[in-house]
Amino acid sequence: MKSSVITFPGSNCDRDMDVALKKFGFKNKMVWHDDNELPKSDLVVLPGGFSYGDYLRCGSMASKSKIMQSVINFAKSGGLVMGICNGFQILVETGLVPGVLLRNKYLEFICKNVFVKLDNKENAYFKNLNKDILEFHIAHNEGNYFCTKDQLKEIKDNNQIAIYYCNSEGKIEDQYNPNGSIKNIAGIFNKEKNVLGMMPHPERMIDESLSGEDGSLFFKNLLNNIK
Amino acid sequence: MEVNEQIAIDHGLKSDEYKKICQLLKRTPNITELGIFSAMWNEHCSYKSSRLHLKKLPTKGKKVIQGPGENAGVIDIEDGDAIVFKIESHNHPSFIEPYQGAATGVGGIMRDVFTMGARPIANLNSIHFGSPQHKKTKNLLRGVVHGIGGYGNCMGVPTIAGQTSFDSSYNGNILVNAMTLGLVKKNKIFYSKAAGLNKPVIYVGSKTGRDGIHGASMASASFDEKIEEKKPTVQVGDPFTEKLLLEACLELMAGDSIIAIQDMGAAGLTSSSIEMASKGNLGIEIDLNKVPCRETKMTPYEIMLSESQERMLIVLENGKEETAKKIFDKWNLDFAVIGKTTNSKNIELFFNQEQVTKIPVNILVENSPMYDRKWKKSKLPKKNKIKNEVLKELKIKDVLKKILSNQNICSKEWIWQQYDHTVMGDTIQKPGGDSGVVRVHGTNKAVAASVDSSAVYCWAHPLTGGKQVVAESWRNLISVGATPIAITNCLNFGSPEKEDNMGEFVECVQGIGEASKYLNFPVVSGNVSFYNQTKEVGIKPTPSIGGVGLIKDYKKMISMDLKEIDNLVLIIGKTEGHIDQSLFARTILDEKNGPPPEVNLFNEKNNGESILNLIDKEYVKSAHDISLGGLLVAISKMCIKGNKGIKINKSKNLMNEIEYFFSEDQGRYLIEINKEDLKEVTKILDKNSVYYEEFGIITKNDIIINEKTKLTIDELKSYYTSWLAKYMS
Repeated sequence: MKSSVITFPGSNCDRDMDVALKKFGFKNKMVWHDDNELPKSDLVVLPGGFSYGDYLRCGSMASKSKIMQSVINFAKSGGLVMGICNGFQILVETGLVPGVLLRNKYLEFICKNVFVKLDNKENAYFKNLNKDILEFHIAHNEGNYFCTKDQLKEIKDNNQIAIYYCNSEGKIEDQYNPNGSIKNIAGIFNKEKNVLGMMPHPERMIDESLSGEDGSLFFKNLLNNIK
Repeated sequence: MEVNEQIAIDHGLKSDEYKKICQLLKRTPNITELGIFSAMWNEHCSYKSSRLHLKKLPTKGKKVIQGPGENAGVIDIEDGDAIVFKIESHNHPSFIEPYQGAATGVGGIMRDVFTMGARPIANLNSIHFGSPQHKKTKNLLRGVVHGIGGYGNCMGVPTIAGQTSFDSSYNGNILVNAMTLGLVKKNKIFYSKAAGLNKPVIYVGSKTGRDGIHGASMASASFDEKIEEKKPTVQVGDPFTEKLLLEACLELMAGDSIIAIQDMGAAGLTSSSIEMASKGNLGIEIDLNKVPCRETKMTPYEIMLSESQERMLIVLENGKEETAKKIFDKWNLDFAVIGKTTNSKNIELFFNQEQVTKIPVNILVENSPMYDRKWKKSKLPKKNKIKNEVLKELKIKDVLKKILSNQNICSKEWIWQQYDHTVMGDTIQKPGGDSGVVRVHGTNKAVAASVDSSAVYCWAHPLTGGKQVVAESWRNLISVGATPIAITNCLNFGSPEKEDNMGEFVECVQGIGEASKYLNFPVVSGNVSFYNQTKEVGIKPTPSIGGVGLIKDYKKMISMDLKEIDNLVLIIGKTEGHIDQSLFARTILDEKNGPPPEVNLFNEKNNGESILNLIDKEYVKSAHDISLGGLLVAISKMCIKGNKGIKINKSKNLMNEIEYFFSEDQGRYLIEINKEDLKEVTKILDKNSVYYEEFGIITKNDIIINEKTKLTIDELKSYYTSWLAKYMS
């Protein structure tokens, strides 16, 4: 299976994503933001980091970079596009997924393990996963997901909510919400479920010596689903 | 502007230093030249008060590839890999403007490391604030933490460990020390020594602005009430540009274009160009009109003294300009050929076709002042006699509660949660342990690093304090299973012009030297920060020691969380009951006098090496060194992290319980072992003449002492974790 990870100036989880994808059997290529064309891919990943320094609204500059037109076309034709952290912010800025990402509620960067509950397994990302609650890792300053009431109704009606912040038992409550996200939303899909944006970093959970191994489950499953 | 003595004094130079400049030049310098002298001869850049004493530190060793004198130290970690590391202070700017001050401190130290060709793989920091009650403390703490996070997080380098303390001596002068470790192949290390004639001198990175002019001079003076006026001397950081600069430099370094490279840190273009020329015994010629400037009408004086961040100076091989430019264009960074190396041995600057500076390089470097300052020797204070009745009235539970929630012991999670500590995917021990540990990417090796300081001990008796900090760094590395290799030091002191402060410096350095020599733990890099004082009052002497060690098989790494019920906990090293200068003495007895605990280097070495031996044989399940707060604090942390309890039986005929549990005797550790291994373990310890005691047995929950004192883990947790978050909310 072929994957592509886009490197924007200021991306800093691009290598980690490359390592993770390769570890679980993807043939991954790094793609420069200034390129015009995506290589042939089964999966495109927008990695975490601070694209263009994120001095404007996070992800807004990157969403206008050269390669993104090609990524948008790929997504619109049904290709799998996953945005992690800054990648999620970029996806929101392109309009591929609805809503916005605001600054964390307590105005502080936050780096820690969190639990997330899967809401929808009818998609290439989570289908066949034998767990409903995953332990993931977050590291961000702007992960406070927000959308209008109408949008919220729409994404609920379309089952677009991918994961919620919860506790280890899967309880979705305010106290387990690390950043103030509306309804504890940690990740969402586009309508067609081929585009996924999420704040947690599965690529940091791929080895027993790291923060955990639920990232391994995620990537293995993803590869099997794409095959 | 005509230069005279008063202008020189306004630049921070002393009257006789100015006379020496005129004498050496055989003329009066112009204003640009005076600026250059003031930048090169200030304390921060010239080490004029410290050089004499720093020479005495042990800096060599089998594993040392590069000692002090380069951008950072380099040590060998086998298989052709090396670690580049250094710690540096950014105290003065952080007090004036905490966010930018701390951020640019982190940016500066990372640049020092990647200038040598190494990719930064871990950041650490040692930060010290005034009393929590002081009106500025909260904002300074918040600003510094945001600044460190803002820069390090954006760079994508994990911040894996640190140290935070509060003490009223920092009320008017906080300390921000930042440390970075980088990984490089041994045969791809870059140095700052220029070589060859007529080689192009290249400027890359950000444009030069008017920020940070006189930053290094500001860092070489004491604070007074006009401190707010110095804000413009603080640099402004741009981590995004630094990230691009890092990638571009590493890309260029993969080839063979670079002869020498030096980052523009303190004193900017001045010190970087002069250092490269001086090390290469060459001259350098720069056309200042070619320097990329952010602002219009900048004068030669401003261009030379700007401390704008994220800039590098490179001496390239002839004909490589195009290759290099392509790389910097790709990363959207400024690139300009601004001069060349010459055989004149002068630094020559041109502006609008006119020569504006011509100074022999050796005058600036080798002839820079060096002082043998007067200093006062400290006496070892007399021991306090603490009455048994006083101790008997205290309840262990109450004391532990107070100490665990003390600002200098409690959990610093509020701080390190704001630092990305997992990016790069190799952090295998997060902040909050004895050392941070990162794997060497793609190998079975890992590197451990810790940063420590014990200002109270150093204040009570600098010689002992200096030794103690090195020993503590050594123990923190051992506790995670790492073989200690070398240290970097950041020496934060008051004014060298005061005999007391200078004495603290001299004797701390002596202590550091003795310990690092004995432990074969050489000093490979560092920095000195004097004038940490407001008006007449200096800070407590605060040398920060950054230690680095190697774990050959990362699967053998040890952490402090208790692992398994029914396992035994042993105390390694002898508990003598030394209470003076302990946290207990200061917070419970309100006793600030007395000597710090003695440091026995033989025991430190012997105990440490024996534990490494036990770790290698896989007997040790968890370990933690016993330091600030003493035995009960150490075991509490192990219980909290492992979510387990312990049943402790202390035999009654020993010393008073309070002395036993809260004394801060050195050279001690707690280790967890399997019951069945006790015989083998004690055999090894006996053979090495290591003193040990059986301390307790691990249980499901609760710390129970002699059946009568009981504390639940939840209680301990709430004492330990609540103070800082509450304070900052």
